[in-house]
Amino acid sequence: MKQRAIRVTVNGKAHESEIAPRLTLVDYLRDVLGLTGTHAGCEHGVCGACTVILDGAPVRSCLMFAVQADGHAIATVEGLAKDDGTLSPLQDAFWEAHAMQCGFCTPGMLMAATALLKSNPDPSDDDIMDALGGNLCRCTGYQQIIEAVRLAALRTGEADG
Amino acid sequence: MKAAEFEYLCAESVSEVCQALADGGEDSRIIAGGQTLVPLMVMRMVRPTLLIDINHVAELQGIAEDAGGIKIGACTRQADAETSDLVQQKLPLLAKALRLVGHPQTRNRGTVGGSIANADPAAEIPLVALTLDAELVAMSNSGESHYQAAGFFSFVMETALGPDQCLTELRFPVWDGAHVGTGFEEVSIRDSDFAILAAAAQIETDNEGNCRRCAIAIGGGAPKPLRMGACEDAMIGARLDDNHINQAAALAAEAIDPGSDVHASAEYRRRIAPELVARALKQAVSEARP
Amino acid sequence: MADETTKQARFRHVSHKRRTKEDRRFITGQGRFVADIALPGTLHVALVTSPYPCARIDAIHTDAARALDGVVSVITGDELVEATNPLLSGLDLPNIKRRPMAAGVARYAGEWVCAVVAISRHIAEDAAELVEVDYEPQPFVVDPEQAIEASAPLVHPDHGSNILYQRKFTWGDVDGDFARADHQLSFRARWGRNSTVPIETFGVIARWNPGVETLEVWASIQMPKYAEQIARALGLPANCIRVHYDVDVGGSYGVKRGIKHTVLVGYLARKLGAPVRLIEDRLENMTGGDAHGPDRIFDVSIAFDNDGTLKSLRIRALDNVGCYPGRAPLQLGKPIGAIVGPYRIQSVEYEPISVCTNITSQEAVRGFGQGPTNFAIETAVDRVARHLDMDRVEIRRLNFIAKDEFPYTIPSGTAYDSGDYHTVTEKTLALADYPALVARRDQLRAEGLLAGIGFSACLEPSGGNAGFEPLFNPKNPTTTWMESCQIKIDLMGNLTGIIATQSAGQGHETLVATVIGEELERDPDDIRVVRADSLASLPSNSPVGSRMAIMLGGAASGAAKMIKQRLMEIAAHNLQLPADRLVYDGGDVAVRDDPATRIGWDEMVEIAHRRYHDMPVDTEPGLQASYVWEVPGGGGMPDADGRVQMYPCFSFEAHIPLVVIDPVTGKIEILSYYIGHDCGTMINPDIVHGMVNGGIAHGIGAALYEKFEYNADGQLLTGTFMDYLLPSIHEVPRIETVDHCTPSPLTPMGQKGSGEGGYLGAPAALASAVNDALAPRGLEITTLPMRLGDIAKLLHEQT
Repeated sequence: MKQRAIRVTVNGKAHESEIAPRLTLVDYLRDVLGLTGTHAGCEHGVCGACTVILDGAPVRSCLMFAVQADGHAIATVEGLAKDDGTLSPLQDAFWEAHAMQCGFCTPGMLMAATALLKSNPDPSDDDIMDALGGNLCRCTGYQQIIEAVRLAALRTGEADG
Repeated sequence: MKAAEFEYLCAESVSEVCQALADGGEDSRIIAGGQTLVPLMVMRMVRPTLLIDINHVAELQGIAEDAGGIKIGACTRQADAETSDLVQQKLPLLAKALRLVGHPQTRNRGTVGGSIANADPAAEIPLVALTLDAELVAMSNSGESHYQAAGFFSFVMETALGPDQCLTELRFPVWDGAHVGTGFEEVSIRDSDFAILAAAAQIETDNEGNCRRCAIAIGGGAPKPLRMGACEDAMIGARLDDNHINQAAALAAEAIDPGSDVHASAEYRRRIAPELVARALKQAVSEARP
Repeated sequence: MADETTKQARFRHVSHKRRTKEDRRFITGQGRFVADIALPGTLHVALVTSPYPCARIDAIHTDAARALDGVVSVITGDELVEATNPLLSGLDLPNIKRRPMAAGVARYAGEWVCAVVAISRHIAEDAAELVEVDYEPQPFVVDPEQAIEASAPLVHPDHGSNILYQRKFTWGDVDGDFARADHQLSFRARWGRNSTVPIETFGVIARWNPGVETLEVWASIQMPKYAEQIARALGLPANCIRVHYDVDVGGSYGVKRGIKHTVLVGYLARKLGAPVRLIEDRLENMTGGDAHGPDRIFDVSIAFDNDGTLKSLRIRALDNVGCYPGRAPLQLGKPIGAIVGPYRIQSVEYEPISVCTNITSQEAVRGFGQGPTNFAIETAVDRVARHLDMDRVEIRRLNFIAKDEFPYTIPSGTAYDSGDYHTVTEKTLALADYPALVARRDQLRAEGLLAGIGFSACLEPSGGNAGFEPLFNPKNPTTTWMESCQIKIDLMGNLTGIIATQSAGQGHETLVATVIGEELERDPDDIRVVRADSLASLPSNSPVGSRMAIMLGGAASGAAKMIKQRLMEIAAHNLQLPADRLVYDGGDVAVRDDPATRIGWDEMVEIAHRRYHDMPVDTEPGLQASYVWEVPGGGGMPDADGRVQMYPCFSFEAHIPLVVIDPVTGKIEILSYYIGHDCGTMINPDIVHGMVNGGIAHGIGAALYEKFEYNADGQLLTGTFMDYLLPSIHEVPRIETVDHCTPSPLTPMGQKGSGEGGYLGAPAALASAVNDALAPRGLEITTLPMRLGDIAKLLHEQT
């Protein structure tokens, strides 16, 4: 079948690729761009491990074909820290609260929570649970994840305040 | 779990979509949000040879009000509808239902029209469309067609849409009485799972608190969403005490024709239907009470 | 707070808050999971699976698949029969041969029949659809009780029975105790087939390196003796297998044992001369991944006196292991080491029966059979309380082993090391403000809801050892599951710990760095911990059986002590003083009576690495140590009656949830959850609490949502994440925890295991809560999971 040319911006960097239409966005990010921080857990849209931010909104990258991302901007976990390695407040809070164990769901959690904090810098626990309701974690029981998001919001608020 | 091969067309207008559907025949398929379609494709349960992407068709997006009510473009994101002031003010039942559709992440991609066209019998948006007598507009090379929600949904994931038609718009009548209330209740195993059974209700009361107008429907109780005509008839004109609501709601048990699956039996659905209808009605009544 | 103060005083790093060493790579997307490894020229495998629960394979037509552009190879089970040896079984079953793919007969729906290898996974899936198999369906059996009837179709006809293992153990005077007891009661309890279902599926990549005749393996693995099992199946010496342990595992909790995957991929890599990878997709994982968990029917009788004293227990456990035995039947053996739970019960009869059927095979799951058994024991205790109209907590207080009775040997021969069950229980009740909790439940009941408080006590046997292997298979005399650690100090004076295992989130690098830092009084943040490969490292038995805090921690501690000893020797030689006049101080060695006189870390490192002339005579140059630790109390074979020391250390938990049930829909909501937890010394409190919380979440799944459900046709109905329901953030309540520390006398720092307890205790606690809620209606449920439809059915049948 015909390859398609696409042009996407990932973490601020432009990429041009020739791809098969049936390649999902998660497979494109991982296999074509080598950005393996985005994980495929179920490939049918339930687990949320593949969450990326598309034009500012968190979406499941297993439920999009990469051709559909043509012309769009994507943010992945690899783009959260600054170029000098400084962690984002959320990343740092995840570390501080040990909001993970195996780390496999972590990138999806981080992207969903990053989008939440951008639109809602002072979320309630219910807001956090709503934003992360589509991200499964099998290790932590979620408690330390909620604490980490809360901690990041608090610290960001203090820094801004 | 990789999709079978297909050709991809990124359409920019409805006419382009219609032409592609006409050319592509039965094996072509529209992709909107893809939140239902992509899982089916990667499991190879659906395998279109041509995928027509309508995400860049500007005329399919947006929410507006006119004399007939609220118009929602078929490719409007569920998240955009959920946060729309128009929807919240004029279609509170839809606003309630949208919060229960999937997760925030799927609502960021999923579209209002996609849910209608997929016609999952337990899905929230088709249930609201049926409850509110929405009009569904579709386009093909033969022209525009209008469907009433009541005749649109035919079976599990089957609708009146022909293979050459593209759903373009949902038109919701607005109840603009002074005392309108809405209720939406569903039972799902986890919070964000598909509903095992869902009940939607919208009522309007007169100044004395009697029911003037009432619409009730159930999702998941049959291969398509169903209006609860007998329950509605029992409500209209009545005083809205709990006892009466429970009696009206009890009629729902016989009005549905549920099936069994791994999550719940037909018997279970039939047993909880009156309770869900009653809860939805009580919610609506408490909002509508003058 | 008293505990906290004591710990802080006792340890400088252990038990203190510390950021883990692993998290940084995960939060930056730099974890290295198996699917992230891209080797040039890699080929991809997709599988053709049987749609039938049992079918003769008459022919496999592969021409169309082979003809597809991009397809490299298509192989069937027959080829593997010729080329490989059967996979290891935990039992002595010479007539049941397990192989990666079906040969001649497919024995469950989802069993691999044919493997397609192509240049991409997409093409491999395209080609798999083109393979046509001629099947002749055969009689099959799904239900384990039918499977043990004489007329049942045989899953493995050569074995002559569907029973893989059955033995009745009697420890103590069970008949006498039952005869003398004031009361007895009997019931049946069922544990539904669930599993750990990690978010990462199993995956493996193999590459044959002909230049050095080595098979390199990267896998998402948690399997003891993995390299040796691969070698045996492929007919290679084990020193031709190099398993790279520096692969992050995306969750396992027991099940990542993909030996059949690895043998298939290893065979293909060698045959095709290219790297070959098989990363299960979710459908493959759920159906043919052979990663389901225990599936049990318990028939329990318990004898007790009027005052609530528990006297004796009879447990018959029928476990549906699925199609192939593997190690799964041993999950009936491990619970023998805690068969009376935390209770003083003087005699026990235990009859484990392992049955095969035509469904997916089981694998090891968190707790290795302890979770179901604990559910059965706790359900029995709750029933006794109800029978006697006693308080459920009071009856436990009465029967708990007291803290001054340890070490306490239970009837089945295992000694519990230490514990203080009464205190942990009291602390948990205080945390929950139990009288207020009861008042809240009663208020909810007054509002017309069904509300209930649960209580479960739970032992977590830890420090995993091999006791069940010789017990269930006399031909397997394994009595050690040793663990190892190496430490080296380089010329720059930096410390590196080398471990021989992969990690699936347990934080082994943090564990080892913290322990080494504690022993050597160095900053753990400056200590690197690397995971070697199977050829470069010492023996390990992998992180199974809640063992690594104990065993890897113990090995690291042992190696660090050796290093410290060598530093003391170097210092004594150079200070020309006897070692007993010296004291180790933060990496330096000082004179005890004159602390200003000392020799520093850097100088001792230089002496060891460069100044051999300053080293004690005839000592090894450099600073390094290797330590291989035997499980404390290990090394014993079972006696004739099957008594054996199973695991060495026993953690304890008390769980108290409050639930409310919608009386119409049957939906259960957990309003509060309290847990008291005692795993001895916590090496890293954040890691421990994370595992406990996660274990409870996992247990919530087992109790309320998760089941691999088969229909009568032998078809799996819950093979996707839309049907097999893992708890999301909405289903897991906030968990309030109180810690307690009863150190183990058997471990260097008093540590015990903590990776399993949440999962072992939560299902029993939730069943207790649901039954408390149902009790006013006179109803009871003893089948897990307790799905809303099951609850509603009970309620409706009554009305």
